[in-house]
Amino acid sequence: MNAGAAPPVVIRIRGLLTRIAGRVLHDNIDLDVYRGEILGVVGGSGSGKSVLLRSIVGLQTPAAGRITVLGQELRDLDGDALVRMQVRWGVLFQDGALFGDQTVAENVQVPLREHTDLPQRLMDEIASVRLSMVGLPADAAGKYPAQLSGGMRKRAGLARALALDPELLFLDEPTAGLDPIAAAEFDVLVRELQQSLHLTIFMVTHDIDTLRATTDRIAVLVDRTLRIGTMASLVHDPHPWIHEYFTGVRGRAAMIG
Amino acid sequence: MVRPAPDTAAWYRLERQGSTLRVVVGGAWVRSEARRLDPLLRTLDPMGCTRVDVDCGGLARLDTVGAWLLLRTKRVLEHRGVTVQPINVDREYHALVHTIDHECRAPPVTLPPRHTFAMRLERIGRGLCQAVHQGYLLIGFLGLIVFETLATVLRPRRLRVAALVHQMEETGLNALPIVGLLSFLVGVVFAYQGADQLRRFGADVFTVNLLAVGVLRELGGLMAAIIAAGRSGSAFAAEIGTMNVNEEIDAIQVGGLNLTEVLVLPRLLGIVLTLPLLTFYSNVMGLIGGAVTCYFDLGISVPVFLHQLRGALAGGTFWVGLIKAPVFAFVIGLVGCHQGFQAGRNASSVGRHTTQAVVESIFLVIAADAVFSVLFSRLGI
Repeated sequence: MNAGAAPPVVIRIRGLLTRIAGRVLHDNIDLDVYRGEILGVVGGSGSGKSVLLRSIVGLQTPAAGRITVLGQELRDLDGDALVRMQVRWGVLFQDGALFGDQTVAENVQVPLREHTDLPQRLMDEIASVRLSMVGLPADAAGKYPAQLSGGMRKRAGLARALALDPELLFLDEPTAGLDPIAAAEFDVLVRELQQSLHLTIFMVTHDIDTLRATTDRIAVLVDRTLRIGTMASLVHDPHPWIHEYFTGVRGRAAMIG
Repeated sequence: MVRPAPDTAAWYRLERQGSTLRVVVGGAWVRSEARRLDPLLRTLDPMGCTRVDVDCGGLARLDTVGAWLLLRTKRVLEHRGVTVQPINVDREYHALVHTIDHECRAPPVTLPPRHTFAMRLERIGRGLCQAVHQGYLLIGFLGLIVFETLATVLRPRRLRVAALVHQMEETGLNALPIVGLLSFLVGVVFAYQGADQLRRFGADVFTVNLLAVGVLRELGGLMAAIIAAGRSGSAFAAEIGTMNVNEEIDAIQVGGLNLTEVLVLPRLLGIVLTLPLLTFYSNVMGLIGGAVTCYFDLGISVPVFLHQLRGALAGGTFWVGLIKAPVFAFVIGLVGCHQGFQAGRNASSVGRHTTQAVVESIFLVIAADAVFSVLFSRLGI
């Protein structure tokens, strides 16, 4: 990376307006996500964090505004161009969203099968490489999602999201539902993978420990707009929700930790 | 060092220097190149050298697949007693190579093949055992439902009236359009076929008798039951199965609520009460369809049709059809709910059990109909 020059923008959002069932969730939001950073998005329940993620990956059509991902506006893409874009990102949904009728290894191989022409033996090897990269034991490969714990399902979902070496990774509440130890391990894993795979990560989370442990910058979704800063700068933000978030009991505990 | 353009194809070159083999790799070692490289590297021969240097200086790009190919080659060679030394690895790739080398120690798990002949045989056997087991479970479920129903009869306040009315609306009222349309059409078709045959004997007017017996005894009830199995039996299975996925079943159980009382009885009772009404409606629509054919095809006017119909309704023809309806309804409701509870916590299981609910209930409805036919003929009804 060239020192001095700002790193290239991977996700650019301008004037995003999202309306769901008549309610405005995002009002004129601007956001830049830079290559190689981990951006955490926080906000109260129902504030539209996940909807923001869904808008970027094209699951939710914005009422107005432009979203550019990896230099291309999603709205303009269709057919093959859209698929070429989709293989450049990976998404981890909240509970892993694994396909229930396939084993973990088969789940990881779904993107490989669909978008590459690798021989089966190599795909098996790649799947087990992926699974060990996300910290799953070798015997998890042959299990079905229903046989895994919540934490293991998330790891398996992460392995599938990483299957095609994406440049951009979306995580939706990656530590929700995990015990604090598993959550901390997941934070370390995310950080390590970001470094070894040179990922840009867009992460929606509630977890203040995760924010502290992993993110480079934080975007807080309050009053239908984003306030963007680092942990250090946002702590001093006068907005009541942000103030309460960072200086409430849980926030203080995380700061001390 | 001059870097090659990032999109050059991956390549490697072997250079022998005494007892050392230099493997010079370059270009983009990425996923799209792997198909070509994989078999070559699997069979890479160290040519008798005891030391291999892998020169990675020419790498333009490296992704996980490429890194794995290199590491796998390294391990295979090491396994054969060769010392392998990667050199000139760009700093950018250190973390990736380290992660894979460090984490991926276990040999890849070879998954058992899914489609051997023995496995097909096993599937057939398993299917048979499952069918028998299903029957066994269904009888158990039947016992439970009968017991709970009796308990509810003794304490009518346990019945959930709102849920019952809702189910009756869903299974009965909302089925009226489709049942009506299909029964009408079946009546039209049935009368046509009958008229064609009977006309040859100059017995046109007996089409009405044929229609009355056919529709009232069999077709009306079967049409209603089969549509109910497709609409409501599947809905029962899918609803209960999805509730299981969402842990709603668990919530009901730990909340001190009776599962059967909350979920099964309203559905079962709803369909048992509405299917006879649907059958009656289906009968009427079938007869109307037949009457339309008779009018246009045979020129039998409505008063003549009704007169002939009254004659054909001797004995229990009308009641024979209706009396079967509650039994059919009970079977559909029982199977639908049972399959719903059998479903596991994933989408494909819910789908499979929904299908099975429909197939099984239609099978049982027709089997029950056959039993009724034998019974009625023995009784001379």
